[in-house]
Amino acid sequence: MNFDYNEEQQLLADSVRRFLAKDYGFEARKKIVSSTQGWSTPVWATLTEMGLTGLPFSPDYGGFGGGAVDLMGVMEAAGEALLVEPYLATVGLGAQFVARAGSDAQKKAILPAVVEGKLKLAFAHTEKGARYNLSKVAATAKKSGSGWEITGEKFVVLGAPAADKFVVSANTDKGLSLFLVDSKAAKVKAYVTLDEQRAGDVSFLKASGELLGVEGGALPVIEEVMDFATALICAEAVGAMKFACDTTLEYLKTRKQFGVTIGTFQALQHRMVDLYVSYEQAKSMACLAASKADSPVDAKDRARAISAAKIKIADNCRHISQEAIQLHGGMGMTDEMKVSHTFRRLTMIAQQFGDAEYHLARFASL
Amino acid sequence: MDLNYSQEESAFRDEVRGWLKANLPQDLRDKVANYDELGRDDLLRWHKILAKKGWVAPAWPKEYGGTSWNVVQRYIFEEECGFAGTPPLIPFGLSMCGPVLLRFGTEAQKKRFLPDIYNGDVFWCQGYSEPGSGSDLASLKTKAERVRDEKSGDHYVVNGQKTWTTLGHFADWIFCLVRTDSSLSKRQEGISFLLIDMKTPGITVRPLVLMDGGHEVNEVFFDDVKVPAENLVYEEGKGWTVAKYLLGHERMNTGRIGGSKRELAKLKTFASEQTGDDGKPMIENARFRDKLTRVEVELMALEITNLRFLDQMRRSGQPPGADVSMLKIKGTEIQQALTELAMQVAGPMAQPFKTVGSENARDAGFDAFTAGLAPRYCNYRKTSIYAGSNEIQRNIIAKMTLGL
Repeated sequence: MNFDYNEEQQLLADSVRRFLAKDYGFEARKKIVSSTQGWSTPVWATLTEMGLTGLPFSPDYGGFGGGAVDLMGVMEAAGEALLVEPYLATVGLGAQFVARAGSDAQKKAILPAVVEGKLKLAFAHTEKGARYNLSKVAATAKKSGSGWEITGEKFVVLGAPAADKFVVSANTDKGLSLFLVDSKAAKVKAYVTLDEQRAGDVSFLKASGELLGVEGGALPVIEEVMDFATALICAEAVGAMKFACDTTLEYLKTRKQFGVTIGTFQALQHRMVDLYVSYEQAKSMACLAASKADSPVDAKDRARAISAAKIKIADNCRHISQEAIQLHGGMGMTDEMKVSHTFRRLTMIAQQFGDAEYHLARFASL
Repeated sequence: MDLNYSQEESAFRDEVRGWLKANLPQDLRDKVANYDELGRDDLLRWHKILAKKGWVAPAWPKEYGGTSWNVVQRYIFEEECGFAGTPPLIPFGLSMCGPVLLRFGTEAQKKRFLPDIYNGDVFWCQGYSEPGSGSDLASLKTKAERVRDEKSGDHYVVNGQKTWTTLGHFADWIFCLVRTDSSLSKRQEGISFLLIDMKTPGITVRPLVLMDGGHEVNEVFFDDVKVPAENLVYEEGKGWTVAKYLLGHERMNTGRIGGSKRELAKLKTFASEQTGDDGKPMIENARFRDKLTRVEVELMALEITNLRFLDQMRRSGQPPGADVSMLKIKGTEIQQALTELAMQVAGPMAQPFKTVGSENARDAGFDAFTAGLAPRYCNYRKTSIYAGSNEIQRNIIAKMTLGL
């Protein structure tokens, strides 16, 4: 039993945090999110230089062979700084499908480019009305010569505007399957999400694609990768919660009313304590999620642990974000305070990849 | 990061589990499973079984019978006891008076009291709270006046009242915080730690029956009670130092995780057996099941948090400090939630309380487990009040950890 990061993990997390503290302050981030692209090419280049885009991929393709636990510290730092670069979409989702289900040729074609930061991917899966049900897909794929033609509409595809390639889910005669589709073959309606990231609705009309993995055998892979990505946003949430707690505590110690700092009021002290407890409990569950996402256990055991973690993280995202705003008073409502932006990200994480109710049902069914 | 127990730790768990299975008497197991009241003999019987095995006071130094287990092993042992449903080890001697004597006692005091505590030959209780001194313990008023007596030796004369004295009606001895000097401006000064024989003339124990109908706590009155001066622990006026030492004493099992795991498992079985309004098992009712799952997830989070603290302690060698308060808050909230959900499963069958003229619904032939649920629900409201109310725990975290 050991809950610490190893030396390499700690060093990496520290250097990411140092870089973000220097180049990704709240003001710098403001400029980035309001730019046309919505994320920063130089920041992406630095993330690549630091090896982050190669972290969870095999050394055979230039990566470092890490897992979810190796990414935890990075995701925590990203959560603290509210990083908006399409890291999760590419490294946590899109390329994971290639790494787990792709052929040797597909891995060779895609993973080294991902590791070098040259290629971005997005996972085009969710359709209108499907909510969090991973098997509910109406998009179809038909054989056409040596390849496939994919037709369907996907919604809220994270990182879609930046993506060079999409991993798309669609049904064939044999069932749910995955395909790689070039972004030029798709139509993207781009927008900004509540948490200031870029996403889009993506439509495919007889778009040509290649099969990724086993035809009809996509669901277990989708579940595995979604669990992996869920573990990552659990860690990201912990970082965002840490910022929300730290900044709220600081505010209680400096803001004066009735001639004293408001942190001297017991009514507020106890609520601050509950935030701290919430954060520690969330951190514990994020450790569980990352460990289970990595260990070669059976899928059921993994899914149970990840769902348990997401239930707790979702509940505590709401608790901490709402209380952080309340304890900041009117100031917390304003766009000029970072905490209001952290509120927006925590609100989204609470319902990204399944909200608490979805995971409650999933946990009970396992 | 590795959340798994080591091979040695798992082997240790298997050893403890196997031994408990073979050595926990069936009648005691049943009493605990059905939430029956445990008597002095029940409690001491289990104490003596563990003492004979050498496992009754793991944290004590080896020469006094300790096991030399590390913090993780101690945690595993306590978790397994909770999970197996053993009677509790009453903490007043083993975890409170014992450690105090080991740290502050004279050689004579150690020799006189520690073997009896270890072997379960003397039943101890705790005299801290008073009617006017609950959370604000330092305001206590029970007075001990030192009397010089050349013939029979110096002694204290104790007058006052203690309350919430858990199992005081079973106790042979009580350790008390008393005021030996009321002239000092700082209230924490002038308090002393005294050991008092419950058979001393002038002591009266009056039961305080709680809303579950059970007799657990008492009021203890002291009326000119003569206590030999040799029963003073540490220096006169330094009792608060002793009390604080106990509060900071490593509290390994504050979260009661093993016990809550057992209650959760029982609740799941119970909810699978009981039929809901729709004719299906209660556990299939989504509204109930979601509540149950949230408690289960809380318990998972608490367990991992507890293990994180243990891991930290093991490597730093430092006690966990104020973070233990977090385990108390969450642990008691979970214990209470489990009793509440069990009540929900029992539904209308939770109502029978006792037969006319009897103390216990079981006497009327009601199912022993179901009959125990409502009293237990009532009884467990105590957990967020005792051992430093959960509000006091929040004060501790606010001050010590957050610097508010």
